[in-house]
Amino acid sequence: MKISFSHIHKRFGNVHANNDINLVIPSGSIQGILGENGAGKSTLMKILTGYYHADSGEILLDDRAVKITSPVDAVRQGIGMLHQDPLDFPPMRVIDNFLLGSRGGLFPKRNEVEKEILRLSREFDFQISPDTYVETMTVGERQQLEILRLLWLGVKVLILDEPTTGISANQRDKLFATLIKLAKQGLTVIFVSHKLEEVEQLCDRVAVFRQGEVVGEVEPPYDTDEFVYMMFGKSVEVGEKKTFCTELPLIQLENIGLEDYRLHLGNINLEIYQGEVIGLAGMEGSGQRLFLHMLTGLLRPVTGKIKLTGEDFTGKTYPFFQKAGVAYLPAARLEEGLIPGMTLTEHFILSEEHSELFVDQKSALYLTEERIRDFYIKGTPVSMIEQLSGGNQQRALLALLRRKLKLILMEHPTRGLDIESAIWIWSKMKERCKECSSVVFTSSDLDEIIQYSDRILVFFGGLVSEPIDATTTTVDELGQLIGGKGW
Amino acid sequence: MSVELRYSRSARSLNKSAWVNVGIRLSAIILALLFTSVILLIAKANPLQAYKSILHGAFGSTIKLTSVIASWVPLVIATSGLLFTFTAGLWNIGMEGQIIMGSVFAVGAFRFLDDTSLAPALVITLAFVAGAVGGILWALLPGLMKIFGGVNEIFGGLGLNFVAKTVAIWLIFGPWKRPGVASGSGTEWIDIQYRLPYLPGTNLSLTILIIAVVIAIITAVMLKGTHFGLRLKAIGKNDKAAYILGVPTSRYFLLAFGICGFFAGIAGSILVTSKQYSLIPDAGFGYGFLGLLVAMLVNYHPIWSSVVALFFAALSIGNTELQYMGLNSYFAGVLQGFLVLFVVLVDGVRKQLVKTR
Repeated sequence: MKISFSHIHKRFGNVHANNDINLVIPSGSIQGILGENGAGKSTLMKILTGYYHADSGEILLDDRAVKITSPVDAVRQGIGMLHQDPLDFPPMRVIDNFLLGSRGGLFPKRNEVEKEILRLSREFDFQISPDTYVETMTVGERQQLEILRLLWLGVKVLILDEPTTGISANQRDKLFATLIKLAKQGLTVIFVSHKLEEVEQLCDRVAVFRQGEVVGEVEPPYDTDEFVYMMFGKSVEVGEKKTFCTELPLIQLENIGLEDYRLHLGNINLEIYQGEVIGLAGMEGSGQRLFLHMLTGLLRPVTGKIKLTGEDFTGKTYPFFQKAGVAYLPAARLEEGLIPGMTLTEHFILSEEHSELFVDQKSALYLTEERIRDFYIKGTPVSMIEQLSGGNQQRALLALLRRKLKLILMEHPTRGLDIESAIWIWSKMKERCKECSSVVFTSSDLDEIIQYSDRILVFFGGLVSEPIDATTTTVDELGQLIGGKGW
Repeated sequence: MSVELRYSRSARSLNKSAWVNVGIRLSAIILALLFTSVILLIAKANPLQAYKSILHGAFGSTIKLTSVIASWVPLVIATSGLLFTFTAGLWNIGMEGQIIMGSVFAVGAFRFLDDTSLAPALVITLAFVAGAVGGILWALLPGLMKIFGGVNEIFGGLGLNFVAKTVAIWLIFGPWKRPGVASGSGTEWIDIQYRLPYLPGTNLSLTILIIAVVIAIITAVMLKGTHFGLRLKAIGKNDKAAYILGVPTSRYFLLAFGICGFFAGIAGSILVTSKQYSLIPDAGFGYGFLGLLVAMLVNYHPIWSSVVALFFAALSIGNTELQYMGLNSYFAGVLQGFLVLFVVLVDGVRKQLVKTR
């Protein structure tokens, strides 16, 4: 299906999120939409899928002007979107998620749908079983599920909003192969991203957004510098790698065993040093999250001992770890990290320790303004957290970290952020490392892991590698380990 | 305030949404009145006359007016308690049972202390303490069941309401029955020296009015101005994230239940010492349920809850007058029910519209 945007405008208060957008996306191609956070990419996609209504302008599908009133209506007209945070029903089974989205019939046809799921799953080499509970699936798997569901609903246009954040390299390759296959079958794929490399690798054509406008449309061969210049209006340099390790161990893990209902990790022995950065690599759901949860006290190890600065912390709960200076930034921002319905100021008040009874509004406001400035958050102290863009939510989450910390645990810290923000966030983290805080983080971006870690642990199928020195390893070596070779 | 002044643009939109809220509630009230009028017409009664007689029944004399205030007291206390649990995202359906348990414990204390030589004021105070303990215990039960047993507090509360009522009935017909014959009209009245005196020429005790005002003020200040209130709100909106941010969620759930139960117990004690003077099967008088309606109607804003509670109390007292028109005096319940339904409905519709705008 061919999509044309004609003079689309959308304002949120004073922000002109979409300023006269004109764009034609031909059928059967992969269209990249590139831009930094808050450039207006997501807004345009939400207009196309009926979440928002444009203030003015027209959308044409196959040269026919249409009105898209709601997401359901969008799907009916053949447009499906894969969201940055998957929208599914976690406490239900995969098959129920399918049945819920289908129309008609008093009694759902379970058997047929089950066969369809398996067929589609095989066609795209996904491993999704109809009877799995969605809440037990990783972000990557939930994404695959959503693609299957949309295809099953018969969409002709597939929109992906930052789809590679939070999934493993392997899953990303699978996703790209799927998208290319779909485009060949005649589907129109719209790939929204801020990652230059991916856009260059995948897209047939790219539209670059900046501050609510389309600043350029580019076709291959691509020039990375040109993209960066278009996105930011200036050139950006990657920061220098530095390490600040001392010889004092902060964390000692002895024979740690971790378990959930489907994964068992055994015999982890590790010392984490003060000021050290440890990157956790591996396919999504290989145990990195269990490892982080163990270090926060959210998961009790089944065997072994955890020592924090020499003191035994085995079996202690999260509040004890938190008091001892451990902080945790979860990947699912709006589900586990932030509180929709509360303002930035309220978040900052909550995150600090207080012994007094009454809230000091003045100093809270002062603190919030300072953090908004320091962390370049686009928002005001009274902005509700869910009104911020994904990248700004991530900045807010980082801004909530308390001042004195021993250990910072992060899941996908730069997920959904543009390069400039990612570099800036890591410069903030490295400042913390200078003050002898240690950082443990997961990422699906191997370049990020190698760039910023001192040592790397690779997770694969219940195994955890020996620490790998980040200065001597390569993306290829890690990729092999992640893929299960060389163990 | 300074936040709003300095961010005048946001403040204006905040104010605008505040007006939208008032508008929603006003239109809901009009709709509720319309629907109630239709029902009155079906019952072959003149709606205008009915509303007039409700007004007259509520405000027609000092006695009536003070009865309204006396009825406002337990209602506003119950609503205040529920604001704590609602803010924490908890549906404390068991409020009615908690009030009943407050009454049970208060009456129990009076029976126990009846023959002592303690000063009446001290006995009354001890009875209030006992009532508060009863309310707290009964409120902590669904809280503990939720935290340690994974039982949804709605079901826990619902079940405990029945248990509380059954306990009251068992006491009335069993251990605490009147000498001679047990009666559904309740236990023997507490001694006259333990009854809170009314202001001359009224139906209202000054003591309970002061208690209610203090509780309403404490509630507003706690929820709007303190770290405690903010943390409760955080838990109510996203308990997972609140936990990660450092709020001990289980403890705050229990605190919310405990405070709510404390207020329920006070309300129960007030009903015993200034209204019924005994334990009756329906010892909660429905204030727990009515409090739920008020709390929902004001969208959990403590300041408005006092006003709306007064309106509900006026309806409850005023509608006794309807009997003279041949209407059932439970009729106020129809209007109260419609009010809540329409506020929830209009608000839901508005949210739907905002989402796509």
